[in-house]
Amino acid sequence: MKFAASITIMPLKALLDPQGKAVTNSMKNLQLPEIENVRIGKHITLEITAGNKEEAREKVDLACKKLLANPIMEGYEFELTEAK
Amino acid sequence: MKFGVVVFPGSNCDRDMQYVLGTVMKQQVEMLWHKEHSLRGCDFIVLPGGFSYGDYLRSGAIARFSPIMQEVMEFADKGGFVLGICNGFQILTEAHLLPGVLMHNDSRQFICKNIYMRAETDESLVTSKLNLGQVVQVPIAHGEGKFFADDATLLSLRENNQVLFRYCDAAGNLSDAANPNGATDHIAGICNKGRNVFGMMPHPERAADPVLGNTDGRLILDSILNMVEM
Repeated sequence: MKFAASITIMPLKALLDPQGKAVTNSMKNLQLPEIENVRIGKHITLEITAGNKEEAREKVDLACKKLLANPIMEGYEFELTEAK
Repeated sequence: MKFGVVVFPGSNCDRDMQYVLGTVMKQQVEMLWHKEHSLRGCDFIVLPGGFSYGDYLRSGAIARFSPIMQEVMEFADKGGFVLGICNGFQILTEAHLLPGVLMHNDSRQFICKNIYMRAETDESLVTSKLNLGQVVQVPIAHGEGKFFADDATLLSLRENNQVLFRYCDAAGNLSDAANPNGATDHIAGICNKGRNVFGMMPHPERAADPVLGNTDGRLILDSILNMVEM
């Protein structure tokens, strides 16, 4: 079976996100000072072939842990759906 | 001594390192392409600066899975000496050979300038020609060089005397103004618990030839030659 994973990786809340901070500051230039706390992460999609959803979940989790995210500075979550 | 300099696609300080170790310091140097599976009997491995794999995903994250890194990790596990500079440091943290991580500079700017740093230990190979507290001037050139580790890791680094260098001013004082990237606890370089894997953001190889007007970096690279006597 083929599954599609939709992965969201975000910098940990406790850490300064300089990219997000720079974008937050630029909101003032857009005359949108009411926008604050911008944080910028990554969105990754991938497809995986696995015997069942649980197996797919384990493998995507491993990919996130080992390569796609660095748990020291990033958190991740993902959704799995059957690929069409 | 036989040095091995690993070349990843996107490394750009590999030739500087080869020049300093080989031409200036008269040591044997092997250039090790990242797809190789042998360290060719080298005594000391250097992971140079640069932008391996274009810094895609995260700096060092993809290089860490290059074929030769398997050999480098086995070499380090057996006590072999490995030094990572700048991108090399980022690769070593991604490979978990060193604790912590290198994050975007607080300023969000790429910083290329001379900085001062202070030797924080005299119990490591790469600081063996420096006195404790000695200040050296070495250039940095990075966008993602802010060392970060959680409190437990920082405590462990301090307790085990693993901090090699801290950013400081010319007189050796620590301050926010003298911390170019916002590094936690002013940390510029560390080693592992086994004291055989070293990482630093500053570039000693860019301050090791008299023609460049600064040879402070030679103190660090010459220190490595003490290995023969260890």
